[in-house]
Amino acid sequence: MNGELILFFVLAAVAIGAALGMLFSRNAVYSALFLILNFATVAVFFLLLGAPFIAMAQVTVYAGAIMVLFLFVIMLLGAEQIQHQARRGWQRPLAMLLTLALLAESAYLIFTRSDLLTVLEPAASDYGNPQAIGMLLFTEYLLPFEVTSILLLAAMVGAIVLVKEDRKKSGGQK
Amino acid sequence: MIPISYYFALSAILFSLGALGVLIRRNAIIIFMSVELMLNAANLLFVAFARANGALSGQVMVFFVIAVAAAEVAVGLALIVIIFRNRQSIDIDEMSSLKG
Repeated sequence: MNGELILFFVLAAVAIGAALGMLFSRNAVYSALFLILNFATVAVFFLLLGAPFIAMAQVTVYAGAIMVLFLFVIMLLGAEQIQHQARRGWQRPLAMLLTLALLAESAYLIFTRSDLLTVLEPAASDYGNPQAIGMLLFTEYLLPFEVTSILLLAAMVGAIVLVKEDRKKSGGQK
Repeated sequence: MIPISYYFALSAILFSLGALGVLIRRNAIIIFMSVELMLNAANLLFVAFARANGALSGQVMVFFVIAVAAAEVAVGLALIVIIFRNRQSIDIDEMSSLKG
């Protein structure tokens, strides 16, 4: 067993453990923190796979900005601990069953497709450097890149319009 | 070196856990986080296959997925905030006012 394989298994255990912790935490703040841990481990996987730019974007955008937004909303709403209502009894077993089916299908794919067993060769030394990704973004993927900026603008305007208090309506109550 | 199937397996497990979270949790914020987990599992697979094929396009796709996830979270959390304002709850079982 070489070092990289050990690193992979340790990180995989941490990632799966963090995902489970997110799922089964009572407190929503703990869930968010577990999810940040999961994102951080996935960022290390990206580094292992020769994608330093994506790894850094993952840490800053996902683990940074998006999760701060989550934590902010959780604390703003005071929704850390929502009491559990009596749930329908059949939902949880059915959900487990469906998830197991999904996992079984993935496992079937892994075991039947022999080309998935190819071992990753050491990449070329300049593979995945940010310069190459930048070139690709601004040449071949220029249109999607610009559309992304419009999408982000639309999301920003939409979020502000949605959350803005209606002055005329709420003015009387305050 | 690591076979790509290991990454496939890890991604499948993370995606399934995300799907499980969407199905069993009642808290809308946690459901949202589970969706992020699923997006992240897909990103991992994108990068793994980009590496296996020696192409960079997969990494560019991940960049776009991250941008779309950011937009989705902004709008989704805004929706959750106004739902909470109106009903003082984000339990999705209580959001049934459209039911006949």
